Amino acid sequence: MHPAPSVILFTTLSGLGFGLLIFLGLGFPPVTGWVAFVFFLIAYALSVGGLLASTFHLGHPERALKAFSQWRTSWLSREAWAAVAALVTMGLYALGAVFFGTHLVPLGWIGAALSLATIFTTSMIYTQLGSVPRWNQLLTPLHFLSAALAGGALLAGQLLVAAILLLVALMIQLGHWSVGDKRFAEAGHTIATATGLSGGQVRAFSPPHTGSNYLLREMVHVVGRKHARKLRILAALLGYGLPLVLVLVPGAGHLLGGLAILAHVVGMAASRWLFFAEAEHVVGLYYGKRG
Amino acid sequence: MTSLPKDTPRKLGLVIDLDTCVGCQACVIACKGWNTENYGAPLSDQDPYGADPSGTFLNRVHGYEITPDQGAAQLVHFPKSCLHCEDAPCVTVCPTGASYKRAEDGIVLVNETDCIGCGLCAWACPYGAREMDQTAGVMKKCTLCIDRIYNENLPEQDREPACVRTCPAGARHFGDLADPDSAVSQLVAERGGFDLMPEMGTKPVNKYLPPRPKDRLEETDILAPFLDPVADSPQGFLGWLDRALDRL
Ligand code: SF4
Ligand code: SF4
Ligand code: SF4
Repeated sequence: MHPAPSVILFTTLSGLGFGLLIFLGLGFPPVTGWVAFVFFLIAYALSVGGLLASTFHLGHPERALKAFSQWRTSWLSREAWAAVAALVTMGLYALGAVFFGTHLVPLGWIGAALSLATIFTTSMIYTQLGSVPRWNQLLTPLHFLSAALAGGALLAGQLLVAAILLLVALMIQLGHWSVGDKRFAEAGHTIATATGLSGGQVRAFSPPHTGSNYLLREMVHVVGRKHARKLRILAALLGYGLPLVLVLVPGAGHLLGGLAILAHVVGMAASRWLFFAEAEHVVGLYYGKRG
Repeated sequence: MTSLPKDTPRKLGLVIDLDTCVGCQACVIACKGWNTENYGAPLSDQDPYGADPSGTFLNRVHGYEITPDQGAAQLVHFPKSCLHCEDAPCVTVCPTGASYKRAEDGIVLVNETDCIGCGLCAWACPYGAREMDQTAGVMKKCTLCIDRIYNENLPEQDREPACVRTCPAGARHFGDLADPDSAVSQLVAERGGFDLMPEMGTKPVNKYLPPRPKDRLEETDILAPFLDPVADSPQGFLGWLDRALDRL
């Protein structure tokens, strides 16, 4: 799949933002007043910024409200609902914390649950696609959830929790890669099943057009995959390994914490780039490319 | 509404004969022409006369080669448009309700005024049957020429899809695949029509008819096996003559 910068930005930033909202909603850290204001500002900048970035790739952003209508069947529609519900609920909770110095505990819990649900619905948009076997696996939602929780814990300054979550998220990330590498073959899609042709070796002989097209640009991304190995190592080290080490340094202050967050964001962006670039759509079979 | 109808009384679709398709691309052009001049946003082209041309098409003809263990390879021309799947994943993913499957005849359509151009339905389609128009910013797909097949302003013989009407080889057939007595259903039964990527579980309505085994060119002259082939490097008198002539 084509790794569009807007989608990479969206999944990385909004994951972090909603991850932070989960912790704030649960009362970790139990901030009020100005400190709470800064925490909520960061959380909203990330989550809303991510959502806005995702509307950049729409053909008709002015019709975006219509996307709320199909929650019964569409995960994208459910995501829209979950995101708005989470942002509104946590907004009310933030008002209480910032201006009245109180924590409306039940509201915070509901907001945290809705934030978690938002991350889950985002992950299901990808997981549901049988046409992209790498994404179509159980570990995809777990990867999105664990990464967002680990990032949220980092931002919320919950160091011990962050350390545990980073370790869990790293395991899931490694699992997602290794299961993902085999998914296409396991699903059994080949040029023979795609074309239904038999009686010998089937090969794509002539493409239907001399130039490129929307399908190839959007779904058959093959450039840059040769660096996948290096990028995986980079993503694992920066996204999970380094922050894990940094938060475990005794007496880690704001400087090391900030470094850990920076490393995590860069690593996650690399991980998400791979998430798209390495995902092969079955339509590639018709073009003689797995891609 | 992006919920799929449980069952449709009619399943209108195409049957494509891979044996007779000659790969002339007439259906590609007929489709592009009809769907640019009629219903919905025109199918745009980008840089059509430049160095990097590309454009929106609802029907494209691929070419595949089958190489058997023995004997010559065979070329197959392979037209592909929306298969109007019964269990269409492109419909259920749509957040706006722009994509839908008609309950009465099973045709899968996009309501262009509702489409936000998110592209998710094109991702969900395993067959590459949906293309986002780069100029209009909305999703385009085969409509089964809904504005022809029910169009009473057209003469009777034109009330079939443009691609079917134009095909000079008669390789495309249109009809109701829910009716076992229809000409298309009979054709599918007779020729062993099959689904594309059946393991995907999309249950396509369109069917493909396999290429028939090709005839082999047999030896026609019964005396031929008794004739020795001319020696490559002549011996004796002929050899001497050959060398002498070379030297001249
Ligand atoms: S072929 Fe693709 S676009 Fe057409 S109904 Fe099936 S999944 Fe949808
Ligand atoms: S591109 Fe349009 S038709 Fe396709 S899923 Fe998005 S809104 Fe629906
Ligand atoms: S039925 Fe109509 S829209 Fe569909 S491929 Fe044929 S000409 Fe194009």
